[in-house]
Parts: sequence; structure tokens; C-alpha cells
Amino acid sequence: MYHHDVLVIGAGLAGMRAAIEAFRMGADVAVMSKVHPVRSHSNAAQGGINAAMGGEGSEDTWEVHAYDTVKGSDWLGDQDSIEIMAKEAPQDIYELEHMGVIFARDDYGRLATRAFGGATNQRTFFVGDITGQAILQVMYEQLMKSGMRVYEEWFALSLIKTDGAVTGVVAMDIISGDVQVVQAKSVILATGGIGRVYEPSTNGLICTGDGMALAYYAGAPLMDMEMVQYHPTTLKGNGALLTEGARGEGAYLITSEGERFMQRYAPNKLELASRDVVSRSEHTEIQEGRGIDGCVFLDCRHLGEKLIMEKLYQIYELALDFANVDIVKDPCPIRPGMHYIMGGIKTDTDGATSVPGLYAAGECANVSIHGGNRLGANSLLETVVFGRRTGVAATNRALSQAKLNGADEGSLIEEQRGRFRDLMDRSYPGFTAAKLRLEMGVTMDKNISVFRTDEGMRETLGIIRGLKEQFGKVSVQDKGKVYNWNLMSVLELEYMLDVAETIAIGAVARKESRGAHARTDFPERDDKDWMKHTLVYNSPDGPMIDYSPVSITQWPPERRVY
Amino acid sequence: MRSIKLNVKRYDPEAQESHYQEYVLDVEDSETVLDALIKIREYIDETLGVRCSCRSAICGSCAMRVNGHARLACKSKVVDLSANGDTITIEPMGNMKPIKDLVADMSIFWAKMRQVQPYLKAHQPPPEKESIASNAAMHNLVGAKNCIMCGACVSDCASLAVDETFIGPAALAKAYRFVDDPRETETARDERLRELSKPSGIWDCTHCYECVQVCPKDVAPMERIVDIRRAAMEAGYKDNNGSRHSDSFARSVKKSGWLDELRLVPESLGFDDIGAQLQYVPLAIKSVLKGKMPPIIHHKRPGAEHVSRIFEELEKD
Repeated sequence: MYHHDVLVIGAGLAGMRAAIEAFRMGADVAVMSKVHPVRSHSNAAQGGINAAMGGEGSEDTWEVHAYDTVKGSDWLGDQDSIEIMAKEAPQDIYELEHMGVIFARDDYGRLATRAFGGATNQRTFFVGDITGQAILQVMYEQLMKSGMRVYEEWFALSLIKTDGAVTGVVAMDIISGDVQVVQAKSVILATGGIGRVYEPSTNGLICTGDGMALAYYAGAPLMDMEMVQYHPTTLKGNGALLTEGARGEGAYLITSEGERFMQRYAPNKLELASRDVVSRSEHTEIQEGRGIDGCVFLDCRHLGEKLIMEKLYQIYELALDFANVDIVKDPCPIRPGMHYIMGGIKTDTDGATSVPGLYAAGECANVSIHGGNRLGANSLLETVVFGRRTGVAATNRALSQAKLNGADEGSLIEEQRGRFRDLMDRSYPGFTAAKLRLEMGVTMDKNISVFRTDEGMRETLGIIRGLKEQFGKVSVQDKGKVYNWNLMSVLELEYMLDVAETIAIGAVARKESRGAHARTDFPERDDKDWMKHTLVYNSPDGPMIDYSPVSITQWPPERRVY
Repeated sequence: MRSIKLNVKRYDPEAQESHYQEYVLDVEDSETVLDALIKIREYIDETLGVRCSCRSAICGSCAMRVNGHARLACKSKVVDLSANGDTITIEPMGNMKPIKDLVADMSIFWAKMRQVQPYLKAHQPPPEKESIASNAAMHNLVGAKNCIMCGACVSDCASLAVDETFIGPAALAKAYRFVDDPRETETARDERLRELSKPSGIWDCTHCYECVQVCPKDVAPMERIVDIRRAAMEAGYKDNNGSRHSDSFARSVKKSGWLDELRLVPESLGFDDIGAQLQYVPLAIKSVLKGKMPPIIHHKRPGAEHVSRIFEELEKD
């Protein structure tokens, strides 16, 4: 059995940032991740990270950044959280720079910015189109420097609760297959998103909503889970992400006839309207026959080879490798694709969940910055601002707690081993986890996507509940202990089915259109009845739905036009 | 759709034995080796062990040997490897122990990474705002920064294969990223260059170019190693076989137009290191007996003055 003051589960940007803060405050902190930290999906963030810093010739202020974020969220984001993020952003960006991030510079050697979607002013700091990767690696450098313990390739199986508070986790060391208990006075979940609940998705195969499911089982509510973002530019074929930074640098979206169709949907912001708006526009164009093979086009030709090679090199490579398109010479076929979940574990502005000792940060959390729709380059910002704040809060709690009583290690381990045995003893072949996951992903993408209908969403909820029953017959072919992916895929599927159910329940219930939740049967936003958060709790009788108010500080609802 | 054959090297950790297993499956022309492996583990054989996540050559999880060379499986199109229906051979990375099937133990990779103290050592306390640096200086580092730590270069490094103490291409490319960062303090940079000039460091690379060839992100680790060598020699770290070798090589070619092999060994080892010189005596005798002795008198080649001029031109910068 292992002991720490603070245990962070997940080693993407939010998790590592939280851990570094705990380390600086003198806590005994450790990080646990089911993959090596640099494999985390923060890697995939391309375009940049927002902060209103003013600077040379800029009139940007934190208030404008906050307002843009509120408007982007379609007035579902909590304005207290948003104010904190916008105010603290500059200092966190400077800190990343001091750690070693090689941000692009302007002619004066100061940090340079690029334009991004939904933003009044240009405020996105970047490293080419590998911003997430560049920050993630620097954060891991800091982790190596600290020498803190990293439980690398350990998979979290269950949170331990003592007298109503979370006191640790039971986890599987994937390499050895051993089940272990790690006790901690504070546990921070930073496990990222849920992309695999959908098929296709821009997300990596590791994005299976583990932390959300663990928190949900432990009694914390999941909030606004129906808010799922479709990114406007995902590559035809493998669905890889092409950064919004391309449009920030001036790329166009065009129909098969070469028309810049965004003129008809967002005459002011055009291609740089918020993502939900652009994705709906693309979907409409494709449905009305102005695309080719289910795609419209991202046109970078006029940007020129030099700019593309310096600032958009990764997407140049992606388009060439995976769609055989040279973006210097040809428009690239793209379509909206599932990308991000605004919803997550409800937290306060210090990352605390409703369960004592349990914290959450990053995509798995919902501190309610993004509300109904996230602005590009606000997600990286959220990870560092709220990763840091959560690290502080979790450490403060841990350092004020008395030593934990020893957990009943034997029975905790035996409980999980018993679960494994049950799965392994089932007759083979039953259902495979891959087949069930695919069915789930396809129905989620069909019905809880860019446009939604009551009938479609109910169909999906029915299918998910059917799959949960079939889950009882899923078999595991691999009976080995070492690196048993097969077993892990079944455990992940269980998490995903429960998360999928909360998404579908929240979506069916919300009878309006707001942000990413666009219903053809309720096409208008309804601030009177629906300017509120959806909460889904786990209960013995199944998921329970509840609501909570949205925090409004200084920006009352307005009509949202780009 | 085409039918392909994959010959996959499996490693059973419990029995500690390896064998090859053939899988036959249908794939689309657009699909990659990773797509094929995922199909196998999802629908044909759920026991197959493979690491993967992003499928877009960003996360660095799926490096493995494909037809003998390290590559990212997600960046290797099946149609390019098997145009005529040839069997594709898949093995785990080299220079590392297998954990299970294609999953390799990368602990050696990370140990070497930690060895180069892979973090920026900037002036403390930091400035209130950002450090001022030119865009060109930052952009210079992007090449090295593109590294996704996949391990392909370490897998196929010829020097590491014979000398486990070699720091290796990935960690040295990482070190370059700090050596060339204008924010790093002079003292820290100097310290790095001194450390990296020691045995097992920058001079142990044999220029085989394998790391440049296999790197899926154009980091070109060997070129980064050469960059550090240049910086180290400029900083005065020349008291080592590698930089003496480099100097001797250049001196000889500049003077005579070709390599004076007879001087190269003693000059590289240092004339005062008699012990090291003596170790080469058996090799010298063997060379003489096999008729491989270089000429005792090293004559200038015709046109050597032109070679000298090239050197002089380059040295002007």
C-alpha cells in the first residue's frame, strides 16, 4: 500500500500542473496515469492558449476575454469562474514561458498572438500548431525535475471512501497486472475527455471518461453533459483534427463551388465564429448538397507555402499523410467531428467536487467556463489556471488533515480481483467490448451531435440502456496478467456506457437550443426556463437529474450573433 | 479493400518466449499498419498487445519495427508497404526489452532522458513578464521540439546496440534544445556542454544516420548531436578523443586533400596518452600483416590547394 498527501489521477496538462503546484507547496504528491504522461491527449491541442495581455497596440482586457467566453458559452458558463480565468490567464502564460515553452515571438521578441474563433481581439499565444505538445513536454520536464513519483501505466479502478470522504484509489499496474491501493488525503481527477464514447472522434483511444465515471460512482454529480462540441475542421477519412489556428491565420471555408459560405451565417466573424455556429453551418451546407462526399473544404492556398510551413506544419503533414491532400496547393475536405465535452464533474472555482477530498480539473471537470460551447484555445488555458488552483486547494486540505487510518487493503484488492475473475470466467466468445463500443459510438454520433431531435436522442438513450444490459455478457479472451489490454478495454467500456447515459439523459431533458445543444424541435434558446445547469447523479435507482443556477456577475443574457 | 498478411512478433511474458504469428485481414487503401493492428485486436485476436492512442502521429505511442525499421505504425500506410501483397513484418522496438508482444519497455529511454537534466535552467528569479527572445531563436528550437518521444531513434541506434552507456539520439536531441535556447544561463549551458563531451556523450555517435532516417517527425537527432559538438568545441571542450579526432580529420584534409590515417589515431587519442596508444598496437600489426597499412609518407593529393581554399572560405564565417 502506498501513501501520499495528494494523488493526481491523469497526467495531461491539468494533472501535471496541479501536481507541480502541490510539489511547490511541499506536499508529498504523486501522479498516476494509464499512459506515460507525454502520451496524454493534451498533446493534440494544436492552435494555442488564450490570455488578454494588452501589449503592443492591443486594446484587449480581461473583461473582453471574459465577455467573449460568456457569449461563446451561450450564457451557460458560470461568470465567476470565467472572470477568474480571464484575470489570472496572463500570469499563467508567463509562468509557462519561464518553465521553457518556446512560444512564437513578435518583432520585439515579446510573445506573439494569432486570431482565434469567437474572440473580439487577437489573444491566442502559440507554438506553431503544436502548442499542446510543446506545453505538455515542458510540464513533463518540470515533473522529471521534481523527481516526484509517477505511477506510470496504472489504471484507476475505484475511489476509496472513508466516512464520506475520498481517501485514495484502487488501481491496476497495467504492466504487471497487480492490483494496488494508493491512499491519499486529497485525490485530484484530471483524466480528460470522453472521445471514445463517440465514433468517430478527434480524440485519442485513451479518452474514455474514466475520471468522470469514478467521480459519478463516488457520488459527485456530472454537470451539463449534453454539451458536446463538434469541431468544424476534422479531416475526411481518419477524422484527425485540423487546427482552428488555420482559420486564425486566414484560411477560408468553402463549398464545392468555392463560395465562402460563412458569409451567410456569420457575416461579421465569418470563419472565426464560435465552433458550434461554424459546425452547424457546415452541416447545413453539406445537407443541402453544397459539399462533396459529406465534406466542405478548408482552403489554405492563399496563405502561401512559407506561412504554412512555419505556423501550420503539423496540419500540412496530417492532410498529406492521412488524406493525400497538399494544403499548399489544394483545398482540404473537412467536416464537423466530435472533439470535446464541455460537461464534466461539477466543481467549485478551486476544483473541489461535492465529495470531500475529491477534486477535478481540466476536461473531466466542469468548473463551468465553457457552458454550452467552448471557445478555441480556452481549454489549454483552463488546464493551467484551474490545474494550479486545484493543486493549491487539494494541498491545503491534505496538509490540514490528520494521518489517514490504514485502509483494509486486502478486501479492497480482493473486490477488484473478484471483478476480474467474473469477467474472465464468462463463456468466450460473448459480446466483444469493441463491438459494443462501436454501437454506442455510432448512435451517439448519429443522434447527439450537431443537430438533435427528441426522437433521435430517445433512440440513443434506449440503445445505450440496451448495451448496458449486454455488457453483462461481454467476454475477455486474454486471460494473462501482463499488459492485458483486453481486460482494460472492458473496464473502460463500463465507464463509457455510464457516461454516455448521462449525456443522453441531459440531452433529452434540455428542451431548448443553447450552444452545442441544437434541437430542431426547440430551435430557440429559452432563458426563462433553461438558463440552468443540468446535474446527473448516480443513485441505486439509476441516474437522477437535478438542476442548479448559472452564476451571472456582469453580463446578462443577450442575443448571440457573430 | 485489399487482403494483407501481417507477420507479427509476439512475446509471451509469462512463458518468456517469442514467436511470429501471421494474421490475414482486409484493409482499405487509406489504412495504416496501426489500423490493421487495431482491427486484429478488436475483431481477430483480443490478446494482441500494442500501445496506441492518437492515430495521428502526435502521441508517440505506437513506435515499432515495420519490415525491420522503427516507424510509427499510425504513420505507415499498408499500401506503401505491401503494394504487391507482400507480407509485412511487425516487431517491437529494438534496444529495449519486450513487455508483451509489441509493447516495449521504454525505461532505458526515460533513464537516458533524465540523464541530460532535461529542463530549462534560466536566470532566477524570472522576469516579471516573458523573457525577451527573437522569433528566429525560438523557431530554431522547433525542429528539436517536434520530438514526440516515440523511441524510434533509440530503437534503431547502432551505437546503443553495442554500448548501453551511450546517451543516445533522443536524449541528445533533447539536450540540444536547451543548449541552443537563449534563455538558458551561460553557466548552465557551459556545464551541459562539458558533461555532454564526456565518454558516452556526443562523441559516441557513429554517424550511421539511422536515427535521421527513422525519425517520424524530422527531428534529425544526429544533426542535433553534430550541432552540440560544434557548440562544445567552440566553448573549448576539446580535450577528448572526439574533438581531437574531428580536428585531426579536418587538419589533414585541409593540408593534403585527403585523410592521413596514420596520424588520425594518435592525434585523436592524444600523444601523451601512451596507455591508450598501446592498445592500438595489435590493430596496427594486424593491419600491416593484411597489407592495409596506410602509406608512411603522406603525400599531398593533386589539387589539394583547392581543398585548402574551400576550408579557408568556410573558416571566414
